Formats: sequence, C-alpha cells, structure tokens
Amino acid sequence: MDARDALMVGTDSTGKPVRRPLSPHLQVYRPQITSVLSITHRATGVALAVGAGLLVSWLLAIAEGPAAFAEAQAFFASALGRLMLFGWTLALFYHFCNGIRHLVWDAGYGFDLATAARSGWLTVGAAIALTLAAWVLGYAALLG
Amino acid sequence: MAAEKIARVSLRSALGRARGLGSAKEGVAHWWAQRVTALALVPLTLWFVASVVALTGASHGEVVAWLSRPHNAVLMLALIWATFWHAALGLQVVIEDYIRPEGIRLAGVLAAKAAMLLMGLFAAFAVLKVAL
Repeated sequence: MDARDALMVGTDSTGKPVRRPLSPHLQVYRPQITSVLSITHRATGVALAVGAGLLVSWLLAIAEGPAAFAEAQAFFASALGRLMLFGWTLALFYHFCNGIRHLVWDAGYGFDLATAARSGWLTVGAAIALTLAAWVLGYAALLG
Repeated sequence: MAAEKIARVSLRSALGRARGLGSAKEGVAHWWAQRVTALALVPLTLWFVASVVALTGASHGEVVAWLSRPHNAVLMLALIWATFWHAALGLQVVIEDYIRPEGIRLAGVLAAKAAMLLMGLFAAFAVLKVAL
C-alpha cells in the first residue's frame, strides 16, 4: 500500500471502512454537458473576479472627474473595450444563471442526470439570451 | 487493498462533535457565506446591469447625478460588498483545490483576499466620494 492508497481509505456513514473512488483522469474522460459547465462556472468566476477591475476603474473614473470619465468611456467604446465588455457580460450572465442552478441544487432539487443536463442547456440558452438582450437594449439607449 | 484491515478509532472529543466546527474551526461558515452572497447578488446583478444599460452613452454629469441618489449609492455599495466577498471566497476555493505546495497555496489565498479587499475598498471609496 502506498501513500495514495492510504489517502483514499475512508469510512461510510455506518463506520465500515471503504476505499474512496478515484476521480477519472482528464485525458480519458469524455466531456459531458455537466462537467463542461462545471469547470466553466469556475473559469467564469475567476475571470469575473479579475474583470471586476473594469467596475472599479469605471467607478474611480466617475469619482475622478469628467476628463478621466471621458478617457474611460473612450476605452470602453473602443473595439478592444467592447470585446472585453461583451465577454464580461457573457461571463457574468453565465455565472449568474449557473449560480442559480447551483442554488437550486443546494435546496435539494434537480440532481438526476436528465434534469441536470436539461438545466445545463437551459443555463447556456438563458446566458446567451440575457447577454444579447442587454447589448441590444444598450445600443437602443445609445441611439435612441 | 488494505481497507479491511484498518480499524478506525475516533480521536474526536464529544464536545468537538457537538460543536460541529471541524478542524478548520469554522464549520460551514465559508460554504454558507458563499451561498448567502450569491443569493444577494441575484437581484443586485439584475439591478446593476439594467442601470448600466440605461446609462449607456450618458454624460459624466448624468452618471454622477445617478450615483448620487441615495438608493443607487446604497445598492452600489451592497453590490460591491457582496461581489468582492463572494469573489474572495470563490478564489480561495479554486486556489486551495489546484495549488499543492503549502507555502504557495497560503500566499495565493492571502494575495487573492488582499486583492479583493482592496478592489472593494477602492470601489466603495469612489462611490462615497461621488455620493457624499
């Protein structure tokens, strides 16, 4: 028995010793909607934590005055700025929708595979729809 | 597998079991705070996105006037508080899951928490400077 085996020895709820299951290795693991959305939730979470810098810089520019605000607006309006904002919106709405999916799971609902797959696709659709709605309304506000 | 040979003796005291706080001494506080901040962020995020969409193309004066209204300033502070607390908790979990060496892991968690705290303070300061 090596150290890895020792770490995988556990007990079940009755106290009987059991060997804990080993996670599947990524290179032999077929991607599924549930696993792909799970890691995407983490990736978007980390991206949003970094991207929160956009929110901070926007607020600081407002506090700084009209000149700094105009600079920030010019950056957000540039092609790179828009691309970053669009990616940020999509990541935000994905994490938002999948977060609600997680809260429903925490409440004890929707764990069977068919429901988890369906709620996963629903999450993807809702995130895309909310992102597009926000951008269409944003452009409408800009032009109208 | 040697699992059958191992007899498990609990070293946990009865008091420790009753308190239910585990080895990290915080029980489910981290997990619970992650969920509570997530719940708070559901309405706050919708409010924030709707506000920013409505403010698209607004002048500096208009944005300042918007942020100076008490309910907008307070909701923005609530959004900042929930966002950066939620982010600090989430980054901690990710770092603890993927970074093995103890020293780097600890440094990573502390750096992430410091970054989230400072970003939150910068954002809150900016809101207060505009609104007050």
